Amino acid sequence: MDLRKIEEIFFRILMFCSTVIIAVSLIIIIFSTFYKGLPHLTWEMISKTPKGGFYFGKEGGILNAIVGSLYLSFGATILAILFGLPLALFLNVHIAHRRKLVNVVRFVMDLLWGVPSIVYGAFGFTIMVFFGIRASLLAGIITVTLFIIPIMVRGIDEVLQSVPRGLHESSLSLGSTRAETAYKVFLKQSVPGVVTAILLSFGRAIGDAASILFTTGYTDHIPTSLSQPTATLPLAIFFQLSSPIPQVRDRAYAAAAVLFIIILIISILSRFFSKRYQKNKINF
Amino acid sequence: MRLRNFNIGRHLRDRLHYSWMLLVLAITMIVPVALLSGLIYKSSFLLSEQSFFQILFSNQWKPLSGKFGFYPFIISSLWVSVVSLLIAVPICLLTAIHLTQYAKRWVLNLMHPVIDLLAGIPSVIFGMWGILVIVPVISNYIGPLFGKNISGYSILAGAIVLSIMIIPFILNILIELFRHIPTELKETSLSLGATQWQTVKFVLVKKIFPGIVSAFGLGMSRAFGETIAVLMVVGNVVHVPKGIFQPGYPLPALIANNYGEMLSIPLYDSALMLAALILFVIVLFFNFLSRLIIVKSNIHN
Repeated sequence: MDLRKIEEIFFRILMFCSTVIIAVSLIIIIFSTFYKGLPHLTWEMISKTPKGGFYFGKEGGILNAIVGSLYLSFGATILAILFGLPLALFLNVHIAHRRKLVNVVRFVMDLLWGVPSIVYGAFGFTIMVFFGIRASLLAGIITVTLFIIPIMVRGIDEVLQSVPRGLHESSLSLGSTRAETAYKVFLKQSVPGVVTAILLSFGRAIGDAASILFTTGYTDHIPTSLSQPTATLPLAIFFQLSSPIPQVRDRAYAAAAVLFIIILIISILSRFFSKRYQKNKINF
Repeated sequence: MRLRNFNIGRHLRDRLHYSWMLLVLAITMIVPVALLSGLIYKSSFLLSEQSFFQILFSNQWKPLSGKFGFYPFIISSLWVSVVSLLIAVPICLLTAIHLTQYAKRWVLNLMHPVIDLLAGIPSVIFGMWGILVIVPVISNYIGPLFGKNISGYSILAGAIVLSIMIIPFILNILIELFRHIPTELKETSLSLGATQWQTVKFVLVKKIFPGIVSAFGLGMSRAFGETIAVLMVVGNVVHVPKGIFQPGYPLPALIANNYGEMLSIPLYDSALMLAALILFVIVLFFNFLSRLIIVKSNIHN
């Protein structure tokens, strides 16, 4: 057989294998998490806070971590929307004609996106010490917000860029203000993408551990105010996994299963949104 | 009259939106400066007592006696990220080519959610998977294969976990790059009698080569900064690692592991913030270079 044919077939097989490796890795991750976690995922686990002796394998659950994580990521996502959405609209509507400036902002956002979350954590900690704030839900929310703003801005920005230029011009020529063009035309046009970007940021916020390691503290209680420390799912998994007691490690697996289910829900939701709202889009 | 009031309201709202957007832009642009200056400020306490290069190249890590040598940690970080990149590069490149040039529709429909989901998995879960699957596999199968009796918590374990984490990230960029290649280029090559693989090898890859390099640069910087997942499987022993089967102690793990005691030992917090600063600068440098290559080579236009 021709050498070129052999080469072609050889690389086709290699390519197929590497695709399979990726798919199989995901399957193994999902399988091992649920295989280890689901048997220990009882109602008590998700409905009770840790009781005395929890960390020796006695009663209690991880409700504190679940609620803490939800508080933290909802808080951070809402703050990030307040910052990220106007910023992305600003880039695409108000200063869209100043290409250089827009590109600089995008470049900085990309750089910030690449900054490891542990650096945000360390920075958040520095600010906390500087202002004399204790480790708390608020400190965690601020750190995570800083961490997800670039993700959200770039996500939304990417969608807004695909809004046709003509739509921008016609909106302005009909007499709408720039803010109206931004929120009523651009935002409306790109709802599915924006929702997906927000969900993606939410997923980042709920899954990240390194940025909140320094800033949220850890407690067995559900926080009742922003100034209290809070437990979170990633840290609950992390801490309980390092325990020498098997029952406690089992709870880490269960907590991981909970976190994974949340991530799966986010992923399915974002698919649902992008499918559903695609219909309302004007096609050119 | 009524119409005019209405107009004033609209324009006021426009002004308000504009001010808020401008403020938000200013705040976000200050963040990197604040990050840098905050970390420099904190690490200046240590740097005023010891020279930077002494800290960087010393392998003495004894916080209690004020000796902070980052050398073992930096070398560990390099080991872990380079090995993970070595694993990820061929897999990403081959998969990207497969998905963009060869694969059938159903494979794409299948792989799209797979990559998305893989990218969204939290790092603790990757770490847990590492402990449950990768560490035992290395200890029971890969180690003995090379005649080594090891616990499995090693550079290799960290690198494998890391490679799976950075694969979706690199893959997304690569797929984007391959998709933007004009079809004529491919058709010309094929019509001249080249096989599909030859077209990929000599035309497509060559065309987007700078983009490929920068995709791997970005992946490298991602690997360099990843904390929790690596920390869970890499062993965390302070020494200069000499092979992939030895445990390591990367820079991010150092910061994450010691935050608890850093306020009780003098200069310890300053040393950890210096570690964060070094990490920040290295990652920023990699990112800057990679993004610059992308912008300069105008791949997206």
